[in-house]
Amino acid sequence: MNPAAHIGRAAIAIFAEIGAMSIFALKGAFAWVSGPFYTREFLSAAIRVGFNSLPVVGLTAIFTGAALALNIYDGSARFNAETFLPQILAVSIVRELGPGFAALMVAGRSSSGMAAELGAMRVSDQIDAISTLAVDPFKYLISPRILATTIMMPFIVLVADLIGILGGWSVAVYALDFEGATYIRNIDSFLTAEDVTSGLVKAGVFGFLISVMGCYYGYKSRGGAQGVGGATRSAVVASAVAILASNYIMTSLFVDF
Amino acid sequence: MSETTSKISVRGLRKSFGSKNVLSGVDFDIEEGESLVVIGGSGTGKSVLLKCILGLITPDAGEILIDGVDILKLSPFERSRKTRQIGMLFQGAALFDSLKVWENIAFRLIYGEGKASGPSRAIAVDRLAQVGLPAEVANLSPAELSGGMQKRVALARAIAADPKILFFDEPTTGLDPITADVINRLIVDRVKAVGATAISITHDMVSARKIADEIAMLYQGRIVWRGPASDILSSGNPYVDQFVNGRAEGPIKMALKSA
Repeated sequence: MNPAAHIGRAAIAIFAEIGAMSIFALKGAFAWVSGPFYTREFLSAAIRVGFNSLPVVGLTAIFTGAALALNIYDGSARFNAETFLPQILAVSIVRELGPGFAALMVAGRSSSGMAAELGAMRVSDQIDAISTLAVDPFKYLISPRILATTIMMPFIVLVADLIGILGGWSVAVYALDFEGATYIRNIDSFLTAEDVTSGLVKAGVFGFLISVMGCYYGYKSRGGAQGVGGATRSAVVASAVAILASNYIMTSLFVDF
Repeated sequence: MSETTSKISVRGLRKSFGSKNVLSGVDFDIEEGESLVVIGGSGTGKSVLLKCILGLITPDAGEILIDGVDILKLSPFERSRKTRQIGMLFQGAALFDSLKVWENIAFRLIYGEGKASGPSRAIAVDRLAQVGLPAEVANLSPAELSGGMQKRVALARAIAADPKILFFDEPTTGLDPITADVINRLIVDRVKAVGATAISITHDMVSARKIADEIAMLYQGRIVWRGPASDILSSGNPYVDQFVNGRAEGPIKMALKSA
């Protein structure tokens, strides 16, 4: 076949997929508006995504903060600016690394989990069964997951920010001889509310993308165990790419005033 | 045209997936309270037929009339109101494994109709009794049940809201002959008890003859024969004869790919 036709077909397929995903996301985000709202499903998703992610997100944050402190110290010492370590570290964590790392960890945990769960439900006819029992699968399965992840993600990131800063503080105080109280005071006087809130806005968007990818690939999965495996893989890869790409777009919007 | 409206009428129903024609012009009527069994080999589009009527798959062409109204011409909202009167027993039971047995049975009552969980639980236990299961089963999870018990629970779930129409997708597949007979009896019993109109699809001839008032045979996307269940052994139709007698030789060539 004509190579140009191949490229054209691939391009059309990509746009069709993005279109289908966008329609799915809108349907999922707003299906609950016309009621009913399944509170129990929402709370259970919120606990699974939010609360149960905290240990792994906390561990990621503390090591990231610790390693970042060493790197910033080493780099800034080259032009005698190591006293700015607390400020640089805090800004890096709350604006970029807290939301980014937390989202990637939640993508690995929850996006894959949703894709596998919904995929298994799809291939065993459970999603069709929901429809035949006069319940809308979007209201029962998709909306609660999207809402819960979007709402919980900023809280997860807030915790990641605090633990990340704590990780940096520990290294700075115990390994690099910073004075603990001064370190905190420096951060406090330097950090603005916008630094933190921009990270939390990112977090909400990441949460939305993670849950949409997880639900989309799970809901559309076909063909038994292999199909579910493929859905899980696609969900994680697509969420990671969506997180990093949207992160750049949002950062350029926030920084460029 | 008949003067009385059939409960379900299917006219010229077509559906293909890619280049494969699964349904190529299916026509049938089913009267209220009648039990129709559709037989046919694997991959002849029996499940697709039911899913089209349920609104889970959109056909390429044709009409599906329920109570005389073409559901394909309705808005999605109106259509789902029409298909709400259909209860379905899925081939693999399709129980929700995250919920307990009684929550499965009461799913429609609680989540679809917004009933409180107390009365819904009582109804669920009552339905369990109707399919011959003790009340202790109510608190188990579906994974703790045997295949036959899962089928019974799925049947209880399908009939929980007294649907006017019931679909059974291979209700006895994968069950031992005794359990299969229990399920067959329950189906006949429940369909009669609620006065429902039933469509079952199966390739189990014992089951078909027990459940059916009428049997229709689907082959290459069309109904090739239809008649009373008692005539199935003397249909004179070469396709039906080959199928009911289970012969490899005959006019039917089995499809290699599943639908």
